[in-house]
Amino acid sequence: MADDHGEAGSSAAGTAVESTAPRSVSAGTAVVPSEQIPNPGFPPHRLRVTDLDPKKDKLAERRVSGFFFLSIIGSVLAVVAYFVFPIKENDFGSVRLNTLMLGLSIALGLLGIGIGAVHWAKALMSDAEIVEMRHGTRGTDATRAKAVEVFTLGNKESGFGRRTLIRNSLFGALALTPIPAVVLFRDIAPAAQPSELLRHTLWDTDVRLTRDPSGTPIKASDVVYGSAFHVIPEGLNDAEDKLEEKAKAAVLLMRLRPEDLNEAEDRKDWSYQGIVAYSKICTHVGCPVALYEQQTHHLLCPCHQSQFDVSNHAEVIFGPASRPLPQLPIKVDAEGYLVAQSDFHEPVGPSFWERELN
Amino acid sequence: MTVTEKPITVIEPSRGARFTGAAANYIDERTSISGLVKEVGRKIFPDHWSFMLGEVALYSFVAILLSGTFLTFFFEPSMTQVHYEGSYVPLKGIEMSAAYASSLDLSFDIRGGLLMRQVHHWAALLFVASIGLHMLRIFFTGAFRKPREINWFIGFVLFILAMAEGFTGYSLPDDLLSGNGLRIIDGMVKAIPLIGVWISYYVFGGEFPGTDVVPRFFTIHILILPAILVAALGVHLLLLVINKHTQFAGPGRTNENVVGVPVMPVFAAKAGGFFFIVFGVIMVIAATFTINPIWNYGPYDPSPVSAGTQPDWYIGFADGALRLAPPHLDWHIGDFTIPMGVMLPLLVLPIFLGLVAFYPFIEAWITGDKREHHILDRPRNAPTRTAIGAAGVTFYAVLWASASSDLIATHFKVTMEGTIHALQALLFIGPVVAYLVTKRVCLGLMKKDREIALHGYESGRIVRLPGGEYIEVHEQLDDYERWRLTSYNEYKPLMIRPDADGKITGNQRFRAGLSRWFFEDRIIPVSKGELESGHHGEGH
Repeated sequence: MADDHGEAGSSAAGTAVESTAPRSVSAGTAVVPSEQIPNPGFPPHRLRVTDLDPKKDKLAERRVSGFFFLSIIGSVLAVVAYFVFPIKENDFGSVRLNTLMLGLSIALGLLGIGIGAVHWAKALMSDAEIVEMRHGTRGTDATRAKAVEVFTLGNKESGFGRRTLIRNSLFGALALTPIPAVVLFRDIAPAAQPSELLRHTLWDTDVRLTRDPSGTPIKASDVVYGSAFHVIPEGLNDAEDKLEEKAKAAVLLMRLRPEDLNEAEDRKDWSYQGIVAYSKICTHVGCPVALYEQQTHHLLCPCHQSQFDVSNHAEVIFGPASRPLPQLPIKVDAEGYLVAQSDFHEPVGPSFWERELN
Repeated sequence: MTVTEKPITVIEPSRGARFTGAAANYIDERTSISGLVKEVGRKIFPDHWSFMLGEVALYSFVAILLSGTFLTFFFEPSMTQVHYEGSYVPLKGIEMSAAYASSLDLSFDIRGGLLMRQVHHWAALLFVASIGLHMLRIFFTGAFRKPREINWFIGFVLFILAMAEGFTGYSLPDDLLSGNGLRIIDGMVKAIPLIGVWISYYVFGGEFPGTDVVPRFFTIHILILPAILVAALGVHLLLLVINKHTQFAGPGRTNENVVGVPVMPVFAAKAGGFFFIVFGVIMVIAATFTINPIWNYGPYDPSPVSAGTQPDWYIGFADGALRLAPPHLDWHIGDFTIPMGVMLPLLVLPIFLGLVAFYPFIEAWITGDKREHHILDRPRNAPTRTAIGAAGVTFYAVLWASASSDLIATHFKVTMEGTIHALQALLFIGPVVAYLVTKRVCLGLMKKDREIALHGYESGRIVRLPGGEYIEVHEQLDDYERWRLTSYNEYKPLMIRPDADGKITGNQRFRAGLSRWFFEDRIIPVSKGELESGHHGEGH
């Protein structure tokens, strides 16, 4: 039980140091010291200034209630601030002022109580340390025997261990009951095959390349050397699943000088006069690869720093990405606008398990 | 009973006291609550500044609950597209989700709304931070040892739940920053072999981003996770009460007692007051420092992204792990693809977190110590554990720093590639160096403690002896100080011994190997005999 050693100092320590005779348990590889230095017991209790000097005690009392009064003032001020510093239309400063004044007065209300209470505890409440004995966490042997008896009786009276048919069929029934709950969640997604959806974007033969986000078409003659355009397919802005489609169809359009562009034989006609279009969705985890470095023709993904070399079919030259950005084959229509030759020839965005299945 | 003793003086209780007595009686006759008060009312809590870290976590959680409840009155968890018509002019007329629009309204049209958003966000950052520090305190002082291994595990679960709460909450405003965070999660989920695409499809209710993820995350964020969190927190605190708090070694303190202040009134006043202080400090920070200015980011759109963006700090280690994977790691098995560039971090992080979660059980197996431990270790007195902790902290810190690799590159004007390569190397070298240095430092400190316990400390007073020799006078410690330095647990490596069948199992060899690694280098505590002979040999 708890006993107050307080000013008694080390005289009480004798009892405290005494062990409650724990059960002998394995100490493992611990070295149990044979001639340890004895525990010296509690050091003498030191009195605080508030214990010794009634004036200091009185002063501390005033300070504590002073903090509580400050808290009251803070709470009142908060209500005042709520009305005195309203938010005005088009005035960001008023939002800031409202937040600041309201916050600081509420904080005063809180801190006043907090500091007051802690000061009260530290300066005025008894600071004598009290000793409480611990008992092994394990129940006593008698308690444990009782617990075993409860289970034994339960088993005997129900026949849980004996009537195996009942028990096992209950286990079977319990195992199956949650399954309907799992099945019920099937419709959190529509019925389609998701990997199929990832293979198609809004791009198709003769779909115009348009500016993101305005949707105005781009003439090949507008694309000067060194420039880059953020591109979306024509009609995306009116699409029903606009964001889902944009998340797959976003494209970057760049024009490189022919001498800077190394094109594979089979993809030579995917570009138009040095204008190339690549998926903007990073093949790592799908961030937009939005940073184009004009001099080096490198694309950089700001999320995880994958770098793609546009000169060489956007192959990965640095970072965690594994595959080049898919290229969108483009051409020019009769009016001189850039259009797609077809959809991407592979799924855009991050790699996934069924990606190369057909 | 026939004899009744009459009190000598009868003091008429005041009206207030009579009312309190009557009320207490009323409640006790219906709840038998006096038993509980008797049991826990004077429960002892030892005092140490580091014991407050867990309290900070608890109190910031309360601040999160209170501010979050306010936010739910205004936030609209819907991804229906609307045109913004609120007070923030730069975004007027722009198409955005109702979630983002209502978050803007909370910031610009509700008095105190921005304040509460910032209280919620700052408190969440503090919540995870204080849990992390609390875990470090538990780890480095060995407070996870028997009988507290289970409570360590529950605490670990709370840590994971806190991060999950953080991430789901971060995603709710549906701004550009959080949308890109979700996009990264989508990409990571899709990388999981066989079922990745399906999981993503289920999470987003169709293709990314869909219109379901915000309302779903809202339910998870304000109902499912908090319910689990509060339940786990309840068990965590209940076990704390059952096990009683640990204490540092000190004069009069033993493994069989607990020395400190009682709940009523001192601990209640200190802890209750500390809640108000934590909440008050969060309030001051929220009133003066902007956090997550979603109005600057704009609504989510899959195409734009801003450079130099950072996740909330506690997700940084996962984001950093993604950045450190080397290029071209996709595996192709037949027609199937395993995106190892993403899977590698996805495998390494659970292994790391798993080691954290199960460390107490691993250490208990190595030591074979089945005793209860209520006296905390000073970190130096468990050199291998402390070194392992330092290695783990370094590993985490490198991953964390990697999440800012681009900012490191721009701020220190070094190449981005160089930064990543350096961090990749540090991820392997750093923990090893931290381990070795920490272990040596611990052993050095133990030696120093031993020296001080035996021969006292340098007083700085130089004395010239009659023979002309100069010595520095050493002052002896008092018994109380010496006890702090000399009372610690010590283990020796496990000796391999044949079992009952006369065999040495591989299991035992493995355990002995680990035990040797743990306890090979040890400093034996000062014994009574040494101390006595030490005193006589003064001045050598």
